[in-house]
Amino acid sequence: MPSMNMIQALNSALDAKMAEDPNVLSFGEDAGYFGGVFRVTDQLQQKYGLTRSFDAPIAEGGIAAAGIGMAVYGLRPVIEMQFADYIYPAYDQIVSEAAKIRYRSGGEFTVPITIRSPYGGGIFGGQTHSQSPESLFTHIAGLKVVIPSNPYDAKGLLIASIEDDDPVVFFEPKRLYNGPFDGWHDRPVSPWAGHPLADVPEGRYAEPLGKARLMREGADVTLLAYGTMVWVSLAAAEHAGVDAEVIDLRTLVPLDIDAIVESVKKTGRCVIVHEAPRTSGFGAELSALVQEHCFHHLEAPIERVTGWDTPYPHAFEWEYFPGPKRVAEAIKRAMEG
Amino acid sequence: MKKNRTPLSLRVPEPVCRPGDKPDFSSIDVGQAGAVARPDVTATPASMRDMAFQLIRVLDDEGRAQGPWDPKLTPDQLRKGLTDMILVRTFDDRMHRAHRQGKTSFYMKCTGEEAIACAQGQVFSREDMGFPTYRQQGLLISRGYPLAAMMNQIYSNAADPIKGRQLPIMYSDKAYGFFTISGNLGTQYPQAVGWAMASAYKGDDKIAAAWIGDGATAEGDFHNALTFAAVYRAPVVLNIVNNQWAISSFMGIAGGLETTFASKAIGYGLPSLRVDGNDFLAVWAATEWAAERARSNLGATVIELFTYRAAQHSTSDDPSRYRPGDEYDHWPLGDPIQRLKQHLIALGEWDEERHAAAEKDAVEQVRAAGKEAEAIGTIGQSRPSVKTMFEDVYKEPDWRLIRQRQEVGV
Ligand SMILES: Cc1ncc(C[n+]2csc(CCOP(=O)(O)OP(=O)(O)O)c2C)c(N)n1
Ligand SMILES: [Mg+2]
Repeated sequence: MPSMNMIQALNSALDAKMAEDPNVLSFGEDAGYFGGVFRVTDQLQQKYGLTRSFDAPIAEGGIAAAGIGMAVYGLRPVIEMQFADYIYPAYDQIVSEAAKIRYRSGGEFTVPITIRSPYGGGIFGGQTHSQSPESLFTHIAGLKVVIPSNPYDAKGLLIASIEDDDPVVFFEPKRLYNGPFDGWHDRPVSPWAGHPLADVPEGRYAEPLGKARLMREGADVTLLAYGTMVWVSLAAAEHAGVDAEVIDLRTLVPLDIDAIVESVKKTGRCVIVHEAPRTSGFGAELSALVQEHCFHHLEAPIERVTGWDTPYPHAFEWEYFPGPKRVAEAIKRAMEG
Repeated sequence: MKKNRTPLSLRVPEPVCRPGDKPDFSSIDVGQAGAVARPDVTATPASMRDMAFQLIRVLDDEGRAQGPWDPKLTPDQLRKGLTDMILVRTFDDRMHRAHRQGKTSFYMKCTGEEAIACAQGQVFSREDMGFPTYRQQGLLISRGYPLAAMMNQIYSNAADPIKGRQLPIMYSDKAYGFFTISGNLGTQYPQAVGWAMASAYKGDDKIAAAWIGDGATAEGDFHNALTFAAVYRAPVVLNIVNNQWAISSFMGIAGGLETTFASKAIGYGLPSLRVDGNDFLAVWAATEWAAERARSNLGATVIELFTYRAAQHSTSDDPSRYRPGDEYDHWPLGDPIQRLKQHLIALGEWDEERHAAAEKDAVEQVRAAGKEAEAIGTIGQSRPSVKTMFEDVYKEPDWRLIRQRQEVGV
């Protein structure tokens, strides 16, 4: 099986779907001839032609709206928002339109669109190339939200998102594009090559939306994470020397509530980790769900490790980014609590 | 139902040339220097619509100033313009190198576009407010902004005027009439209109200026700006820097094949000028016209500055992947520095020796500033104190920020 990094895996997903379904097409800023600033759509225009993978005007609202119109017609557009930090001009189209068209038309019109966007920090991108706005979308009824943490899942989940009949917001943690970054920023980084989750089959396969992945089985505490924080959580468990169970949620909506409840009932302790700011972050939702479903099994207060309630600061990347040290401290608090 | 004769087909525009092709600007009509009429600043927008399809040029191929748009600058003004442009280019080259040396995380040059900000920085005053993009460093430099302060920002070091908050080159300086740059394209454009409306509301005499790239004119914010500017007759100059590229997308992706960017103003009932952006004199004159109009309470003007992005988009970009490497050499409107130099020499106010001395002086200035900034530290070596991360989120931090700061231990 070929070893792929996350960019290649995402490209392979698009390639597989475009090859088998003429209704799948891709567009976005710099995403056509050039193949995207992160090269996820590389060579698709050359392979499938100008109208299957093309450049869009710098108008995220227009890109979303055009994608919605195409989806309503019956296509399965995959649109790229160049950075999640630039998705806001499209917010009205995604929230008021893509999310609600099925409902408001009584199921008559549907929007099978996939909105891809590189997301998250750890790349010295400053406040406009680092944000994690997932909770702005998980809050919206009618949207699905997917965040893969590795090449294998990235491909399988992107294919599932394209095949899904509802709008999917698909965030790609850009710090993971080239390797499983564990948050130890001052240590050498490892590439995906040779990693078991970088073994990506050619052709079509789908990973179901709504199924978490158990990354590490453990007895003492449950770590809930997604995206880059999956790797940070694994590193933190090792650093803390605790037998932690690490769950990669993979899709926030729909959420694999059964996997979460089963694990927390087993361990009695829960630490939630995300990069996004703390207030009204997805961790708040997870924390409420765990408390609602597992209250009598909890042996310690639920811990949240998150970005701070500030904009993403360029000079303080590693003080802002919730690294393994901070997560390990939270694990220890959960173990003592 | 009536059937189409032939099936519909989707059109996606493509540039004339890609890597490996011979550069071809034959479809671009640059007109003649001095050929475009200069309306009175009181002209109605309806009476001057054709301005949006012509190109205001002053400097001819021999470097002589031609026609009604000659701003008749003094030799000192011309020399200042030239040395400012040289300084901008020298600064850009040095900071671009600094990125390669690992001294900063990012840099963006404005090579080939220096005339725009260097001329306009002189026409507008510091009391006016400029709402720039990341390619108007010439506004600061032509106003004598300390180069070391720019470098401190680029290095996110302890002396960074904006405390390490933003990506390199996202300057901010109120005293220099330079609004904080946003990484989100287009947002500043309608804000400039609001600022101008406030000046009118207060009965002041200040005007606003805004800049946007050809690519970003596709954003809704561009259209919001033109609507508000027209409706409220806001005293603002709305510049479109058409350098023909938006990262890898040629201007056709922003609608630049169907019509000129200047002509977009017509639909909003705004006056519009289209200008040779590599002609220091033409940029100056058109900007003066628009500023005069705004100051006379006659409202907004749109100016398209036609130029070419000679360098890569940013240090993260490699243009050889999407356009011919030698395209700039074939670009008909040349290099703004060479053109102003030629003009000054033709006037007998400049020579090669003085030019070489000016270049040497620019290198010296940049080197001295570099020494000063690097003594404080380049990226990662020095930075503002960590506790400032929690400041300026609000005027006063609430309990969350106080606790989070304590958690960091600062
Ligand atoms: C809202 C938004 N979308 C996308 C981007 C990413 N981006 C940064 S610069 C750029 C190209 C801008 O081109 P143009 O407006 O022509 O300005 P130029 O760089 O040529 O000066 C893009 C797409 C962004 N910064 N903000
Ligand atoms: Mg441009």
